[in-house]
Amino acid sequence: MSILKSKDNKIARFFINNAVPILFILFAVFAIPMADLSIEYLVAEMITRLARYSFLVLALLIPVIAGMGMNFGIVLGAMAGQVGLIFVMDWGVMGVPAFFLAIIISMPLAVFLGWMAGIALNHAKGREMVTSYILGFFINGVYQLLVLYSMGSIIPINNSKIVLPRGYGIRNAIDLVNLRKSVDRLIPLEINGIEIPVMTFILVAILCVFIVWFRKTKLGQDMRAVGQNMEVARNAGIPVERTRILAIVISTVLACIGQIIFLQNIGTMNTYNSHEQIGMFSIAALLVGGASVAKASIKNAFVGIILFHIMFVVAPRAGKTLMGEAQIGEYFRVFVSYAIIAIALALHAWRKNKEAEFARRSLRVDTEEAAGTSE
Amino acid sequence: MPDDILLKMKNITKDFYGNQVLTGVNMELKRGHILGLVGENGAGKSTLMNILFGSTVIKETGGFTGEIELDGKICNFESPFDALDAGVGMVHQEFMLIPGFQAAENIMLNRELTQRNFWVDVFGERLSSLKNEEMIKRAQKAIDTVGVDLDAKTLVSEMPVAHKQFTEIAREIDREATKLLILDEPTAVLTESEAEIMLSVVRRLADMGISVIFISHRLKEIMQICNELVVLRDGKLVKEVPTNETNPEKISEWMVGREIGGGPAREAPVKQTEEMETVLKVRNLWVDMPGERVINVDLDIKKGEIFGIGGLAGQGKLGIPNGIMGLYPAGGKVEFQGKKIKLNNPRFALDSGMAFVSEDRRDVGLLLEEPIDWNISFTVMQTQEKYLKKILGGLIKWRDDKAIAKLAQEYIDLLEIRCTSSKQLAKELSGGNQQKVCLAKAFAVRPDLLFVSEPTRGIDVGAKQLVLDTLHEYNEKYGITIIVCSSELEELRSISDRVAIVSEGRIAGILSPTAPLKEFGALMLEA
Ligand SMILES: Nc1ncnc2c1ncn2[C@@H]1O[C@H](COP(=O)(O)OP(=O)(O)OP(=O)(O)O)[C@@H](O)[C@H]1O
Ligand SMILES: [Mg+2]
Repeated sequence: MSILKSKDNKIARFFINNAVPILFILFAVFAIPMADLSIEYLVAEMITRLARYSFLVLALLIPVIAGMGMNFGIVLGAMAGQVGLIFVMDWGVMGVPAFFLAIIISMPLAVFLGWMAGIALNHAKGREMVTSYILGFFINGVYQLLVLYSMGSIIPINNSKIVLPRGYGIRNAIDLVNLRKSVDRLIPLEINGIEIPVMTFILVAILCVFIVWFRKTKLGQDMRAVGQNMEVARNAGIPVERTRILAIVISTVLACIGQIIFLQNIGTMNTYNSHEQIGMFSIAALLVGGASVAKASIKNAFVGIILFHIMFVVAPRAGKTLMGEAQIGEYFRVFVSYAIIAIALALHAWRKNKEAEFARRSLRVDTEEAAGTSE
Repeated sequence: MPDDILLKMKNITKDFYGNQVLTGVNMELKRGHILGLVGENGAGKSTLMNILFGSTVIKETGGFTGEIELDGKICNFESPFDALDAGVGMVHQEFMLIPGFQAAENIMLNRELTQRNFWVDVFGERLSSLKNEEMIKRAQKAIDTVGVDLDAKTLVSEMPVAHKQFTEIAREIDREATKLLILDEPTAVLTESEAEIMLSVVRRLADMGISVIFISHRLKEIMQICNELVVLRDGKLVKEVPTNETNPEKISEWMVGREIGGGPAREAPVKQTEEMETVLKVRNLWVDMPGERVINVDLDIKKGEIFGIGGLAGQGKLGIPNGIMGLYPAGGKVEFQGKKIKLNNPRFALDSGMAFVSEDRRDVGLLLEEPIDWNISFTVMQTQEKYLKKILGGLIKWRDDKAIAKLAQEYIDLLEIRCTSSKQLAKELSGGNQQKVCLAKAFAVRPDLLFVSEPTRGIDVGAKQLVLDTLHEYNEKYGITIIVCSSELEELRSISDRVAIVSEGRIAGILSPTAPLKEFGALMLEA
């Protein structure tokens, strides 16, 4: 009898642990037929979006290992990437070399921003997520100042296609002609009329291998230790602050590359907006994939991107069928991303509280299990 | 030979924001010697050791004055890292282990065996790969040296307390360069037989030429392994003597500055339990608690009694409360006040009116960043809605700070918790005083049934009696049924109305506390 019971428990636990992804799967099951979209179209969309977002979402994983939660600061990396792209466009470099040149130019900037963000977060231990969110706004201000006023005046930018007619400042929208899909199409492949961005997926695969490998390095181990208990780690002589800064630097640099991949796929850059919602959407996707603020895996990233973007693609159409208005679906998706993040953060805070009170219990059974057994 | 001196501490003085904790402490330690450090809860033992080890708390709270000389060199360590480099290792009073890591990972923490790879040349040492297999092997060797049966791959969060302690020792043993080892109450969480193992390990280390500073509230252990001992009272060094020139009675006198009575003695009469009503009925209980397995236990606990559970370490006495309270997987039938208790569900057990002070108090139970009064009243507020002012018919609940402070003060006086005020943060208390807060927290709930595991562990000789008296008083005054698990038989006999001895996961027998010692011994050894 006890065996049966523990089996029941396991199933229940599985559902509770994976409540968010399951909810989204249910949504997909109901909404897809209603949206009246062809399967080919959906598959093609998902492949595009996986190529577009994977790198950005994966950039979030390392700070989670270091116990710093969801790094809203990836927008800093995104901004750095965009600065690199502006220069590359100005110099008129073409194709794949342009892609790599943009990365090379923006990398030092990303490292610098990540390092600064890391220092800031070290002063806000336990409130990393909120701090990184605010930091995103702050650096956004600096970025706008830089791009809107000093580019073309102090910093020489000559290409009239990207400079505003008044002679300085960058245009709102830049057509990334030189770059568009240059990486995606480097190794051309088409299956059933669906274009597969092979090279982009190779880059994503390399990042996955890197993450798996990284976890097994000394630095990765130190990050796990710091993430679980800073005091113990410090007493063992691990440079806690430095380790945390490195986690953010790596994340920011990856996000910088991720943003360049993202924009080469889209093909146009909204100089003042493209980066803004990157943090929000990437984090929401990861959470939808079943990650929590304290634990996130590569699997969570991919599952999350697919489920989250199914909602993105399907919701407007389903909204139209249901309510006769596509706009409903648009509201819906913005609402859902904010809601997901809010719920995840609240859940995290609640769990932390519970942990403190029932520390004994959560030491034995992991927190999610504890939530499962208390009905 | 002056060369023989490894460590000299000169005129060490330390205060925490005006609260004088150490005053002009001078002491010396010879190579290969074991120095016992004793004193009441809050006397300053851990603080002195933290200073020696360069712990960050000391620096953060304004540093200290005085001089430390190791191997003839003056070295006031800036950080624990410097101390480790200089060959000083420390096992802290609270666990310094990462719960989500394996024993091996903890033992090798920041001393991982690594392999160079291409990226090391580009980005530096920290990108070298870990050699997991070899680390596990090496950690296993260190564990085996300690002499316990523990798999290096076990997660710390899955370990019973004793194994956590041995993991820490194994970590210190594994460092080759260790010259001086500080052990802050390493045996406090161990049962007597586990402590025996620990003592022999410490002895062996000393024979290898490592000097050891050994803190313990069990004077017997101090007498057994230490060459010299130092007594601290209120932050002053009051005595430094070779162990063979003294005895436990004298030591306790130096500690508290007055004469204290012998061991716990029975004062209250033994209650006649036959006629009493059964409040907790346990049938065929099994508990899967590593190291403390319960196989098949039947018990009838009477309403209003104090029931003692004793037995040798590892026989399963600790498994009984842990199982009933839902902390470890368990099965069987448990009925409390006529109601069936759902096992494996701690919340349910708590809501049914049972409370538990776990033996594993060192890293649980307290909200360290919160003040004492909050810690004491938190559970009562949560579970019984006491100490809340209700406004608008209960729509808004307000914390009644005055009542909370009063409650806390009551326990501070009762248990003589040494603190600056009831607003002091829990983390600023000495280890023993933190434990008193844990006990106070459970007392404040006034549960119908209270499980207490090892109530006097880590509590100094003077305060032990206080804790036992308090248990007794609560039993008398509020009719709380109490089940005490303890490895100290004398303690059990002094307060219980009945004492059960657990052997091999079963109840070997239940005796009256007045039964001759011989009978207890026979039950314990019964196989
Ligand atoms: N971080 C801190 N901030 C303020 N006061 C502290 C701090 N740490 C310790 N104290 C105070 O210093 C005194 C000595 O504490 P210490 O931990 O050294 O005692 P101890 O001798 O180790 O006692 P025990 O046997 O209970 O472990 C106590 O009164 C304690 O309240
Ligand atoms: Mg102490």
